[in-house]
Amino acid sequence: MSTTRTVRLKILRQDSPSKPQTKRWEEFEVPWLPQMNVISALMEIQRSPKTTDGKTVAPVVWESSCLEEVCGACTMIVNGRVRQACTAFVDRLGGGETITLEPMTKFPLVRDLVVDRSRMFDDLKQVKAWIDLDGSHELGPGPRQSPANQEEAYPLSRCMTCGCCLEACPQVHESSPFVGPAAINQVRLFNLHPSGKMHATERLESLMGEGGVADCGKAQNCVEVCPKEIPLVDSIAQVSRQVTKHMLFGWLLK
Amino acid sequence: MKTSDKNESRVARRVIVVGGGLAGLTTVMKLCEAGVPVDLFSLVPVKRSHSVCAQGGINASVNTKGEGDSPRIHLEETVYGGDFLANQPPVKGMADAAPGIVFMLDRMGVPFNRTPEGLLDFRRFGGTLFHRTAFAGATTGQQLLYALDEQVRRWETVDVEDSKGAALRGEKMVRKLEHWDFLGIVQDDAGRCVGIVAQDMKTMAIEAFRGDAVCLATGGPGIVFGRSTNSVINTGTAAAAAYRQGALYANGELIQVHPTAIPGADKLRLISESARGEGGRVWVPKDPKDKRKGREIPERERDYFLEAKYPGYGNLVPRDIASRELFAKCFHDKRGVYNPKTEKNENEVYLDLTRIPKETLRKKLAGILEIYEKFVGEDPYENPMRVFPAVHYSMGGLWVDFEKSADGGLVRGSPRNQATNIDGLYAAGEVDYQYHGANRLGANSLLSCIYAGLEAGPAIAAYRKGLAASAHDVPQSVFDKAEKREAERYQKILAMDGDENPYALHKELGEVMLRDCTIERDNAVLGKVIETIGELEDRAKNVGVPDTGDHANHGAQFVRHLSNMLVLARVIAEGALARDESRGAHYKPAFKQRDDERWLRTTLALYERGEGARSSVKFVRQLDATIAGKSVTITDAVDTTLVTPRARKYETAGAASAAATGASSADKQPST
Repeated sequence: MSTTRTVRLKILRQDSPSKPQTKRWEEFEVPWLPQMNVISALMEIQRSPKTTDGKTVAPVVWESSCLEEVCGACTMIVNGRVRQACTAFVDRLGGGETITLEPMTKFPLVRDLVVDRSRMFDDLKQVKAWIDLDGSHELGPGPRQSPANQEEAYPLSRCMTCGCCLEACPQVHESSPFVGPAAINQVRLFNLHPSGKMHATERLESLMGEGGVADCGKAQNCVEVCPKEIPLVDSIAQVSRQVTKHMLFGWLLK
Repeated sequence: MKTSDKNESRVARRVIVVGGGLAGLTTVMKLCEAGVPVDLFSLVPVKRSHSVCAQGGINASVNTKGEGDSPRIHLEETVYGGDFLANQPPVKGMADAAPGIVFMLDRMGVPFNRTPEGLLDFRRFGGTLFHRTAFAGATTGQQLLYALDEQVRRWETVDVEDSKGAALRGEKMVRKLEHWDFLGIVQDDAGRCVGIVAQDMKTMAIEAFRGDAVCLATGGPGIVFGRSTNSVINTGTAAAAAYRQGALYANGELIQVHPTAIPGADKLRLISESARGEGGRVWVPKDPKDKRKGREIPERERDYFLEAKYPGYGNLVPRDIASRELFAKCFHDKRGVYNPKTEKNENEVYLDLTRIPKETLRKKLAGILEIYEKFVGEDPYENPMRVFPAVHYSMGGLWVDFEKSADGGLVRGSPRNQATNIDGLYAAGEVDYQYHGANRLGANSLLSCIYAGLEAGPAIAAYRKGLAASAHDVPQSVFDKAEKREAERYQKILAMDGDENPYALHKELGEVMLRDCTIERDNAVLGKVIETIGELEDRAKNVGVPDTGDHANHGAQFVRHLSNMLVLARVIAEGALARDESRGAHYKPAFKQRDDERWLRTTLALYERGEGARSSVKFVRQLDATIAGKSVTITDAVDTTLVTPRARKYETAGAASAAATGASSADKQPST
């Protein structure tokens, strides 16, 4: 066994939100595999859920779905950095022998590495992140759009609602109503679309009050951690300008 | 039967949709537009459904490139690509509806790639010579899923109204129940589906819900094969549970293996067919011991084997053919890419995009190239990618009905469309068997999911209108009983204290299914596969539940999914054993020919209990059922009234469609 390469994981666990006394670190050691990511390591623990001190425990609970970084499910804190576990490769992580896994801290805990991100989906309701369609019946093609418009919209539209930007944002915390970068970026996206534009003011107004775009502290952490490299700082700046313009001149246009 | 009292009438009388991918969301949207409130259940937040993984695009014969494409040609190529096993009226309905579907998505704000004139751009895909595939970079599924998610979210904010137009307090048109696991349907004494039992995967509470109809839109069963291109949630558990309750499962053996994926310990990641649609070429070195890197091997020393064998369609032959050729090249000829480190020919071939301008790649394929770069650690703009086939899609699934229209398509709004053999239970999306025959063409899956939803929504609304008695008036005892049944089952799982680890058993199942039940099938080997499945079923009764926690207990849930996966594995393997022919994705070297006389028919499987812990499959040729209150005789005959079956020949350009080549053909035009 001594020649077999292994990977050590140190994982912050808790059985449920109502049992804070169960919060603990557990360590596991699993066989190394080529191209191994954190998900494969967690899968190894499932097949043999034993800690390094020999205790058989319940397998670690985490959330995942696509495993190719398009669904956003497996977001967690790996070696102190928020990211998707599926693209966290054991050999490329650096930072020593042991990999540390923790749940995100800006969302309510569910269990182990699972948190409840439903507020992000609720926020999308608040900012009306949709096109106001007359109906899904046949009405012919949509509005023509330039390739340039598509090239601006597409990267914004790749947001997986993974929560990295909220996790990294110092303005997002328990006592703050700040909506965060992800939802603001959606406002930019829909206000860019030829039909979406028609309802731009409703979206802007949803970001004018407390918790709106003005709460951004310009720390720019969001853009650093976004796995899809969405220009979030840009989006916040643009939406911020739209909001200011609407506040100053909106009444004139009514 | 008790009629609703005053109090109950202020409660929305909902239908239930299980699954929030493209098919489920489309069904929900159509139901809401028809004024029907919905409970939408999903194992994961709907934005994380497996539709998000679809990359290349969605087919629609919009014909903006002046090529003379038409829905008729789309129909013909889909049917031909599926080796004539699909019922043709639903395929016609889908091909006819496709341009309207893409326009609808465009109106919803999907950032489809554009032409210089501002129109939708289209690219080529497998099994056709036309530019028919609309796309949003190489993450089209994600973009379509998000657009439908947004529309459904809008319905989450709309009040339910009573017959007088007054809002029902606190009731919105869509109520989403995310992180809920489907356990089974609830049937009344007559067998009609009147609701579901599901489990909250946070609190582990098991609860029965009333629904005037239930639509399963729960996707495919790729995880039965261990690793595949599928998301980890695609265990097929919901389909298996319904099958165990009497739903008919059709063509289970027809599993699509995609030719180009990248191997991984946790997953086999797809590299979209659009890579070849945009000009990517598949090759192996002519010298099987060539030690050089792919990019260093000169043109004349490369064997472009697909182009050589299939000059008509080249790298864009349908997936079943491409996968067989890649497999043969690696397994039989030992001509896979040579690895000087292992001194072996690996099971890999090159997929080469390096000759395509980088700007084009960035605009059209960045999503998949990013995946390759991240997971392989190599730059695909500079190096030919190394790929191998992987299990990708199930053509088979729950049997569903259709009502044929005078022009040979479907009657929109017929309560028979997308209806299973259990009255009140519908299925839409990859979970149904309806649109792809024995092999699915690329970029037809996003289309079939949305089209099935467009049919299922109005069908369910019509079914609900025609009901003599609402599920909401069925006695509570029916639901209590179903809830108790599932709660007891779950308690039994929690009490399991055997020696087997369910995740380890699943790994064994996946290894056997992947090795022996995919590209090439052999009856003797399949016999052993079935025996292994039986042994795994025995051992699964002896698992130790890995987790007894009362909150977010994924371990106990997995024990349940494993049991359902074993049931579906048997359907797949026994269907494969029975079908002694080669058709589409189902290939037996001992039976190389397609046998229309004996096997131009649908495999229809019914669940039976086997010996001890084992399940058993009963194959039937016909079955009586009640659908939308009417007696129907289901048969295994395939409706081939629109395109006459003929041999597939992808060596010749245009062979897939007589209408496209203008050749005179025996194909019947629809008689109206």
